[in-house]
Amino acid sequence: MGIFPFLVVAWVVVAGLYGVVTSRDLIHQIVCLIVVQSSTYVLLLGVGYVTGGAAPYFFDIPLHTKAVDPVVQALALTDVVVEAAVTALLLSFAIQAQKRFGTLDPTELAPFKG
Amino acid sequence: MTPRQRRWIFLIAGAGLAAFYLWGLSGLPGFGHYPGPYGPAILRIAVAQTNATGVVSAINFDYRGFDTVGEEFILFVAAMGVATVLRPLRGERERPALDEAADRDAPPTSSAVRMVALLFTGPVVLAGWWLASHAQTNPSGGFQGGILLATAFILIYLSGEFLVFERFSPADLTDVAEAVGAGGFVAIGLAAIAMNLPYLDNYLPLGTIPGAVSSSGTIALISFFVGIEVAAAFTAIVGELLDQTLLRSA
Amino acid sequence: MSTLAVHTPYTVPVGMMDALQVTLLVLVAAGATAVVLIRAPVRQVLMLSTYGVLLAVLFLAFQAPDVTLSELTVGAVVLPVVILLTLAKVRKPEQ
Repeated sequence: MGIFPFLVVAWVVVAGLYGVVTSRDLIHQIVCLIVVQSSTYVLLLGVGYVTGGAAPYFFDIPLHTKAVDPVVQALALTDVVVEAAVTALLLSFAIQAQKRFGTLDPTELAPFKG
Repeated sequence: MTPRQRRWIFLIAGAGLAAFYLWGLSGLPGFGHYPGPYGPAILRIAVAQTNATGVVSAINFDYRGFDTVGEEFILFVAAMGVATVLRPLRGERERPALDEAADRDAPPTSSAVRMVALLFTGPVVLAGWWLASHAQTNPSGGFQGGILLATAFILIYLSGEFLVFERFSPADLTDVAEAVGAGGFVAIGLAAIAMNLPYLDNYLPLGTIPGAVSSSGTIALISFFVGIEVAAAFTAIVGELLDQTLLRSA
Repeated sequence: MSTLAVHTPYTVPVGMMDALQVTLLVLVAAGATAVVLIRAPVRQVLMLSTYGVLLAVLFLAFQAPDVTLSELTVGAVVLPVVILLTLAKVRKPEQ
C-alpha cells in the first residue's frame, strides 16, 4: 500500500485533464474540472494518514490515542465548500457565453478559434 | 488542429505529466507513515490549550484562523461574482414567473417528491443548525452546517414552486445574512486587536469541561457566523440561477 | 477526557482497513473515468453525484468524518442542483 493512493491521484488528474482537453461542451468541461479538483482532496488526506490512527476527535476516545493528521483535514474541509462556489461562478460564465455567442462549444467561441 | 491530433498530443503530454507527478510523489514517505512534526504537536496540545475536543475545528478557527478568513472571502466573492455576472443585461426583459410549461405536456412534480421534500425540511434545518453550533465537540463546524442549511432551502423549492422559494429567501435577506456572517468573523478578529492581542486570538473564556457546547472561546462563535455566511451564499447562488432560468428572457 | 461522552473502543484490524481503502480507491478511479467519459450532460451530472458519494465514503475510510460531511452535501446535492439549473437555462429555446 505504499504508493497506491498516489497512483490513483495521478490517474484521476490525467483523466480529468483529458476530459477538459477533448471536450466539446463547456458544461462537460466544468464537470471535468471538478474531477481534477477532487483528486487534490484525496492527495491531501492520503499524505496525512497514519496507519492504525483514529479520527482526531477526542470526545469519546482517550486523549492520547494515535490519530491521523488534523491539519490536512482542515485544509480539505474548507476546500470542498469553496470549490462549489467557484464552480457556480464558472457556470454563470458559461450561461453568459451561451447568450453572447449562441454556442457552448469551446472550439467555436469567437476568441478561441483555431 | 483536428480533435484527433489534439487527443494524441494530450496523451503524450499526459504521460509525461503523470511520470513527473509520480516521480515527485515517490519521494513522499509512503502511505500511512506520516512523519511530520506539525500534526502530532498539535494533537498533543490542542485539547489542553483550547478546551475543544474537535481538533480540526480548533485548527480551522483558532490555529489557522487567518487561512479560514481567506477561504471564507473566496466564497463571499464567488457568490457576489455570480450575482454580478448574471445581472440583467441591456436588452433583457424580466417577465413575471408564470407557468412555463402551459403549452407543453410535461408531467407535474410528483406528490411523493413534494411530500418527502416537505417532511425533510425541518430535520435538515435542525441538523444544519446543530452542526454549525457544535464545532468544538464533534466532526461538525460552520462549513458543513451552512451547506446543510442551504440544502433546506433547495428542499423548499423542490416541495413547492419558485415563488415559495422566493418568499422564504428574498434576495435582500440573503445578502444581509451573508454580510453579517463574513463581517462577524472579521469583527471578532478585530475585537482581539482592540484588546491589544494578536488578530483572531482566542480571548473569550475557555470553559471548564473540554467538549461542552459553551467551551473553547471564540471557536464556537466564529463557527456560528461561518455557518450563517455559507448558508446565505449558497442560497443566493441558487436563487440567482433560478432567477436566470425562470425570469429573464432576451 | 470528556465527562460528557460514552466511551467507545477503537479497535479495527489494520488489514481490514487496508482492504477497504484499496477497494474504495479503485472505485474512485473508476468513477472518475466514468464521469469524464460520459458526454451526455444530465447523465454526467448523475454520475457526478454518485462519484461524490464514493469520495465521501473514501474520506470516511481515511478517518476524516468532517470532510465526509462536507463532500456528501456538496457533491451529492449542491453541485448537481447548480449544474442542472444551468442546463435548464442554456437548453431552453429563447423566445
